[in-house]
Amino acid sequence: MSALATHYIYYMTAGLLVIGLYGMIGKKNLLKKLIGMNIFQTAIFLFFIYGAVKPGTTVPVLDIRIGMDAAAYINPLPHVLILTAIVVSVATTGVALALLISIYRRYGSLEESTILERMKQSS
Amino acid sequence: MSHLPVLIPVTLLLSAFLIPLAGSIKRDFAFAIALVGAALAFAFTLAGLFTVITQGEIRYHLGGWAPPIGIEYVLDALSGFMATVVTLIGLVVLIYSRRSVLHEVAPRVVPLYALAMLLLAGLVGIIVTGDLFNFFVFLEISSISAYALMAIGDDRAPVAAFRYLILGSIAGSFYVLGVGFLYFSTGSLNMADVAQRLPELYQSRAVAAAAIFIFIALGLKMALFPLHLWLPDVYTYAPSAVTALIAPIMTKVAAYALIRMLLTVFQPAYLRDLLPLTSVIGWLAACGILYGSIMAIAQSDLRRMLAYSSISQIGYIGIGIGLANPLGIIGALLHILNHAFMKACLFLVAGNIRWRTGQWEIRRFAGLGRTMPWTMAGFSVAALSMVGIPPAAGFFSKWYLLLGSIDAGNWFFVAVILASSLLTAVYFFRVLEQVYATHTNEESAPMKASDPPLSMLLPTLFLGAGLLILGLFNSAIVTYILNSVAQPLQRPGS
Repeated sequence: MSALATHYIYYMTAGLLVIGLYGMIGKKNLLKKLIGMNIFQTAIFLFFIYGAVKPGTTVPVLDIRIGMDAAAYINPLPHVLILTAIVVSVATTGVALALLISIYRRYGSLEESTILERMKQSS
Repeated sequence: MSHLPVLIPVTLLLSAFLIPLAGSIKRDFAFAIALVGAALAFAFTLAGLFTVITQGEIRYHLGGWAPPIGIEYVLDALSGFMATVVTLIGLVVLIYSRRSVLHEVAPRVVPLYALAMLLLAGLVGIIVTGDLFNFFVFLEISSISAYALMAIGDDRAPVAAFRYLILGSIAGSFYVLGVGFLYFSTGSLNMADVAQRLPELYQSRAVAAAAIFIFIALGLKMALFPLHLWLPDVYTYAPSAVTALIAPIMTKVAAYALIRMLLTVFQPAYLRDLLPLTSVIGWLAACGILYGSIMAIAQSDLRRMLAYSSISQIGYIGIGIGLANPLGIIGALLHILNHAFMKACLFLVAGNIRWRTGQWEIRRFAGLGRTMPWTMAGFSVAALSMVGIPPAAGFFSKWYLLLGSIDAGNWFFVAVILASSLLTAVYFFRVLEQVYATHTNEESAPMKASDPPLSMLLPTLFLGAGLLILGLFNSAIVTYILNSVAQPLQRPGS
């Protein structure tokens, strides 16, 4: 029970990871796969952000009353890493949406089974 | 000289940035800038490799911030060797690509070159960086430009690229997750610094999770069996110049990353002895070798056959990593070099055949040996090298892998390497028989086919001749570069 109380964020992150993976692999619609990918990546962002948390500390902006003591501030590095990862995720999503548009224009559908059928017909 | 590690990716990034600007004025500028950028990057890597051999490794601190706080770029024997392979193959394929690209996808030449340079920059960045998170950024730069590059092509290309995008982002995310576990365990992202702090954490389950996540991620990128499913479609539907650029180097860079994780970050003491992930890789790779060879025999399309053969050849590199002894790693690295040359040569030949005849079907190749003699000479050398017949280079890497397997007492790997050479012979001699020994019939490709123009033929022949030269000089490469790389794998007392 105590593990659940202190680490519940990790369980929720793991849950999100599994939902995202299921979306990417289990769903047959390409757009749903993409949504799964976004959920999956968000779970990882949350994992990093939770890793930065230290109870009883404050935001990582220099406060004269606290001084230069690094232990009194939240660790800002994971936030910076995740900002980069978010940019990467946005770029990937952009490329994926562009691919989906071009797939839709050629095959008129985003359902995997329909696309495969129309691929066979055209070849 | 100390700026060399950062100059390599920056040159490529800068040319990727300049190509769309100059290309909007005149389309031919795109090719010129790409060529100059790749040539400069190759010159820098050669200079870097030479400096490393004569004076030892070069460490560059980005922005003057010393590690572990700042990002560090490292050029040592391993990364210098890999960067040379990548930039050389990139340069040769770029020289080849101009006519082929104009022929197949003329309206998209400018973005194609910009993306190709971004891809090369990403791959070289992965190789030179000494920082775990910077590695991720370059991994994604190369992946995202690869998705876009692969989608240029025929009607099926975007579907194949989308599938790869989904799997590739799983790989990227797993990698970040692994790095997260490592960072929260060690408090550092610098590879050398993490390596120093890890030994006292070897019992930690978080470190084990990190290793497993990172290895799954890199296995996916490397197309290690059974994570290879994205590869055949992607290689088949992309334009031939793009396949020739991606196939020889992209999966190899992931293999390099695995070796880097094994040698520098986690250390052999952990991955080989405590948590034997390397032997998992070795056994999967052995399965992949057999699976890829057998699937390659079943293909009727030349590009698809080459794609499955890539899965099989990646397995050799995997076996070398799996053995995790000095001979195995030397074999793996030598095979990275040889296979890059072989696959580039074979895909250039495939592009030449496409350029003259528009065909991919092997059964329609009858008579090409007479009508395209030089192209097919290149193909024959590469095919013999793939099978592993001396003095072609492919023999020597397999030889080291065999010695490594015997050294480790792993007779199953010995059997797999020998059996797969036979299977490789089966699928390549099938093509050679069509090309040289079969009489032309009504199904054959048009007889007006001839060797392609020099700008396409010379790169093909360069790679073919390179295979023979590499075969002759492989002992020099091993003595001067690879021996020092494999040093940390020496078991104490042996």
